[in-house]
Amino acid sequence: MIHCHDLSKTFKRARVLDGICLDIALGERIALIGSNGAGKTTLIRCLLGEYTHDGTVTIDGRSPRNERTVVLGSIGFVPQLPPPLKMPVGQLIEFSAALSGADPKKIDAIAGRLGLGVDEIRSRPFIKLSGGMKQKLLIAIALGRDAKLLIMDEPAANLDPEARRIFFDLLAERQHDATMIISSHRIDEVAALVNRVIEMDMGKVVLDDKVADDVSLSGRFACRLVARRADAALTKALSAWKLSADADGLVWTGEVAGPDRLRFIGVLSRYVALIGNLSLHEVAE
Amino acid sequence: MKQLWLTARLDIVESLRARWFMIYVAVFGGIVALLFLFGLTESRVLGFIGLSRLLVTYIQLTMAILPIFVLITTVRSVAGDREAGVFEYLLSLPVSLGAWFWGKILGRYIVIFAPVFFAMLAAVLIALIKDIEVPWGMFGYYTGLLAAMAACFLGLGMLISSIARTTDMAQGAAFMTWLILLLFLDLILLGVMIQGRIAPELAVSIALANPLQVFRTAALALFDPQLIVLGPAAYVILDAFGVTGYKVFAIAYPTVLGLLAASLGYFLFRRGDLP
Repeated sequence: MIHCHDLSKTFKRARVLDGICLDIALGERIALIGSNGAGKTTLIRCLLGEYTHDGTVTIDGRSPRNERTVVLGSIGFVPQLPPPLKMPVGQLIEFSAALSGADPKKIDAIAGRLGLGVDEIRSRPFIKLSGGMKQKLLIAIALGRDAKLLIMDEPAANLDPEARRIFFDLLAERQHDATMIISSHRIDEVAALVNRVIEMDMGKVVLDDKVADDVSLSGRFACRLVARRADAALTKALSAWKLSADADGLVWTGEVAGPDRLRFIGVLSRYVALIGNLSLHEVAE
Repeated sequence: MKQLWLTARLDIVESLRARWFMIYVAVFGGIVALLFLFGLTESRVLGFIGLSRLLVTYIQLTMAILPIFVLITTVRSVAGDREAGVFEYLLSLPVSLGAWFWGKILGRYIVIFAPVFFAMLAAVLIALIKDIEVPWGMFGYYTGLLAAMAACFLGLGMLISSIARTTDMAQGAAFMTWLILLLFLDLILLGVMIQGRIAPELAVSIALANPLQVFRTAALALFDPQLIVLGPAAYVILDAFGVTGYKVFAIAYPTVLGLLAASLGYFLFRRGDLP
């Protein structure tokens, strides 16, 4: 689906992409990782036809630069930083839906599933929304289209655990008919979502690895946690993950999204001294 | 066409919510209000009285304010949008670059022309209510001049935005452009050039290549058709164009200049990096 051959990009004298060769097939879920300045964003902008470059980039055999309306019609993009748009939410949805031939109601519905009621914020300027709300709306706009390629730059960074769980469900629904490129600084943020890891450094691909594809995007893990004593900070953290406590506030139970379990354990590591017992069991789908 | 109009609408909505637009509306609305308030329609200068007097003053003030306002706000918002990531996101949507660029120009043109025009229209409506005679010919020509002026400086602003990669650079370039045009506006400069044994035709041609000078002379021509205040330069202008010919030139040349600048801007925008 995506073919890059000898892709290079130079800004003044800095070579930001250096002879990238990649082939990505339909249905692959790619973690694009690397430190700041590795070339991830530049690669994404070349895929979106926003940068001129040396070498070739094609998506389904077409150049995103020369045939942008056709190519971009099949791409859903979520940027890392939401743009500071002053237009009302309703108009942003209308604008993007009209350009990409999507149904605005589908975007509203996906936003609703992510916990964002569009009707209440339709007339509010996009720039005035909270970070999480902006992220949810941009995800809804990207997923509300029949995109064959989803390019997402740190898409879940601003989402709460519940919204992330729904986001993973939404990705699971698309995993067989779309290719996904998920960019992140850290592999542990996205490891459970993907079946291929591409690591970049200094404009080159330094690692291109297929990974075990056993993790279900819509999988759940039943969690049981026993705290040594009640603690306000631990209570707040577990409540954010929608775990519920017994009457004493010591035994916590609930479900964690499968792709999110590493992040969950990461959060718990801050309270390790307070945890007496922890179990995570995969729940049959 | 649909993409073009969608982009134009988007730019209009974005501009209507921007602080610069509120200041812009307040400035031009305020000028008309103040001119009425100070009883300009009742005073007489060079035989002008009533709405003609107000319109002459309004166009002079607009010529001083509009070019720098349009240049700075256009480059600030376009280059600012690029820096802030607005281009990165909106240009990831399936919109053609032509529809995006020209749609943006169309939207912005409406936004910058509407306040200056409606302020003038408001003056006409007030005059009608107060039973003051309306010089329709003058109103029509000034509308054309304002439309040409807006097109000219919007085109130049879009060209600068396409070249400059940062807001600071764009603002600096816009200011320099305005300053250069302003320096070549001075009729003293023309005098010096003629004294320096440059052919008068060449000196006047240089002056008339400057859109600010073109507007200024056109505005003068309405109440001084023989351009007596310009001195000998008037002979060169009137010999070359005639009174009507100059009127047409004053609208056509800046419009064409703006369109050419915008077209060059589009060419550069299309072949460079977008965000």
